[in-house]
Amino acid sequence: MEFRKQTLDNGLEIVAECAPRAYSAALGFFVKTGARDECDENHGVSHFLEHMVFKGTATRSAADVNRQLDEIGSHSNAYTSEEQTVYFAAFLPEYQARAVELLSDILRPALRPADFETEKLVILEEIAKYEDQPPFGAHEKCLAAHFGGHPLARSVLGTAASVARLSRDQMMEYFERRYSPRNIALVAAGNVDFDALVALADRCCGAWTPYDAPREIYRAPPHAGVEVFCKPNAAQEYMIQVCNGPASEDEDRYAGRLLATVLGDECGSRMFWELVDPGHAESAEMSVCEYQGAGLFMTQLCGPPEDTADNYARLNQLLAETEADGVTEAELEQAKSKICSHVVLGSERPVNRLFAVGGTWLTRRCYRTVRDVTDCYRRVTSEDIAALLARYPLSVQTAVAVGPLQDAEQVVGPRETRALRTATARKK
Amino acid sequence: MGQAIYTEQFDNGLVLVAEAMDWLESAAFCLLTPAGCNRDPDDRPGLANLTRELAERGCGPRDSRQFISALELLGADTSAAVLVAHTSFGGTMPAESLFPTLAIYADVVRRAHLPADQLDDARLVCLQEIRSLDDDLSQRAFLELRRLLYGEPQGRSASGTADGIEAADIDDVRRCFEATYRPDGAILSVAGKFTWPALRDHVAALYADWAPRPPRELIDTPEAERILHLPHDSTQTHIAIGYPSIPYRHPDYYEARAAIGVLSDGMSSRLFTEVRENRGLCYAVQAHCHSLRDRGSVLCYAGTTNDRAQETLDVVLAELRRLAAGIAVDELERLKAGLKSSLIMQQESSAARSSALAADWYHLGRIQTVDQVRSVIDNLSCARINAYLASHPPRDFRIVTVGEQPLETSRGIS
Repeated sequence: MEFRKQTLDNGLEIVAECAPRAYSAALGFFVKTGARDECDENHGVSHFLEHMVFKGTATRSAADVNRQLDEIGSHSNAYTSEEQTVYFAAFLPEYQARAVELLSDILRPALRPADFETEKLVILEEIAKYEDQPPFGAHEKCLAAHFGGHPLARSVLGTAASVARLSRDQMMEYFERRYSPRNIALVAAGNVDFDALVALADRCCGAWTPYDAPREIYRAPPHAGVEVFCKPNAAQEYMIQVCNGPASEDEDRYAGRLLATVLGDECGSRMFWELVDPGHAESAEMSVCEYQGAGLFMTQLCGPPEDTADNYARLNQLLAETEADGVTEAELEQAKSKICSHVVLGSERPVNRLFAVGGTWLTRRCYRTVRDVTDCYRRVTSEDIAALLARYPLSVQTAVAVGPLQDAEQVVGPRETRALRTATARKK
Repeated sequence: MGQAIYTEQFDNGLVLVAEAMDWLESAAFCLLTPAGCNRDPDDRPGLANLTRELAERGCGPRDSRQFISALELLGADTSAAVLVAHTSFGGTMPAESLFPTLAIYADVVRRAHLPADQLDDARLVCLQEIRSLDDDLSQRAFLELRRLLYGEPQGRSASGTADGIEAADIDDVRRCFEATYRPDGAILSVAGKFTWPALRDHVAALYADWAPRPPRELIDTPEAERILHLPHDSTQTHIAIGYPSIPYRHPDYYEARAAIGVLSDGMSSRLFTEVRENRGLCYAVQAHCHSLRDRGSVLCYAGTTNDRAQETLDVVLAELRRLAAGIAVDELERLKAGLKSSLIMQQESSAARSSALAADWYHLGRIQTVDQVRSVIDNLSCARINAYLASHPPRDFRIVTVGEQPLETSRGIS
């Protein structure tokens, strides 16, 4: 396993974790842009543009792109988040040159008006799909409530109205502002010929014009409150609750992930034993979301509407106990085993390493081996967790419920409602 | 490089199939016991799932918490599920944790406590699962489609019904465990880093004295219904289409699979191109082959906003029918590239290989090596695929829709 890095004259960084014995290779363009780089006028453009990137270039039609991606037998796709847009492909090593050439080319899309209008329909269908699917937008609604006027409040997909309003010119303007080679990393993992990769990238991407693509980063203010969105024909009540946590550049993020595992891993966590194992809730899980300058502990709780108030009280009791008493050494050790094993097992596939290496490079401009990462987890102590809990109180939280319940009182019970409303009012 | 594949059939019927993958640091296993939902008593739909839930609440010397804690300290990422013909337990772990994890699962399938004082909790967990399906519209469409295609008992939903779960008591669970957690018909597959003699001996020590049970026949009752609409006030209409095809064990399976690959694998496939790229009708559209041991089907799905649902159904059905006219050489070549990549990338995952081994043994009674499958793929030809399609044209469609309005489906019936 060898880490290699080179920067083209126009600022495009090429980084790779080369594993010559791997069966496959994976390659991705990691663009440092996403929903947080949008404004109200172009909300949803990052994700829509991600779709349009596959619709052809000056020399290729959409059908050409699709056909050629399939011809090299690649598993290719793309995703957009609040902060990144990633185009990637996993393929057999003999197809490296074709993959590099093809992915490089589509990163300069034609954005043809006819394709733009047809793809807009697909995006609207994607939005409709998530409207019908649990947790029925609770995740986006909760982030919007929690972040308020902060750029991270913006959902990745946009809304049906914002996407319908978008024009091709707005998209081109956004592309020309964000897809600078200085704002993109070309990342590779697995059985990669690095020298050939650099030479070909220089030929394909060397002429891309560089410019600065700054991002506004500031801490999100703390927020607390509860909102309820009634969906009468849902069978279950879906709650998303968030508290502030470490940001992606914070060193205590490892402690944060361990805490989330102890509290809310799918199996064997405090939430599992308190809520899921006894059958009170269908699911109760905590995960972390890390962004530049902001982080969250996110809990999702799903169960019968009539049990929601009790379950929410159980959850908050559990969070309060944890905030007061921290975690036990045994819990911490178990969480470390679980996470470290997951990191090590996941690293066997080049495509998984691609996301780990690319994500780390884009957010922190550094490279971490699998061993570096597991060492960071192993070093966390229960005192670190206590310090983390003092820094990010789990009792300050924003919650959103979507389901048959109609108001906050039904969701959180009368006394809790008063407390949360007071907390919200104080912030204003 | 030749694959190191091993098999051992124990006297009690249990089969151990294993593939050594020395280049990995992990190991994975899959243990199939013949405790499928197709064995649920008619008045206890969901019993196998309830039994599975209780089987994981303490076994051997461990109570429920000790069971989960032991697995987590081993770094084993495990799961369990009830399928039509089996209950499946499986997991991936660091190679050094393989033997202790297999020992724990020997306790699960042979010495589960099935604690009566946890029956109510386990029942609630199963009821939550059933309830969650009400909100998962595409899954509901698929479950109904499988019922229409396979009838009773092979088309059942593993979750069963609320009535079935409510009716089951601890004696039902214990009887189900006794009758269906059995070595005859069970398959244990292992892939990853291990040495074969040690694995064989370890598994023999854990499982060789597991006593077989008398077999019980299943009686099939086909389903006459072909078209079903479930009204729901939703943004999209969820369309599930299926038709009978051949099972994995059939000599022409790869011809059938290749045809569906041309229809749905990859971004240049026919469904993606015609439904999504050219018309913008859907975000999600796909088709795949589904196989039971003795029969198979093709299952398709498309989700689209209500006012475009009819057009979507019509276009998907037209593409299914167009398959009968055959596929083109360039389509097949692209498909082969994708299938071969997937096959080779399987070698990077112990979990993928252990699942493939178990499936091969269940369906074929033998293991196909990667080289054998590659050779089958290389030898696929348009002529043979088109001959297959001409003699097995897509027809006898079953159609399930979930959404505001039923769709015009008469063009689907042939």
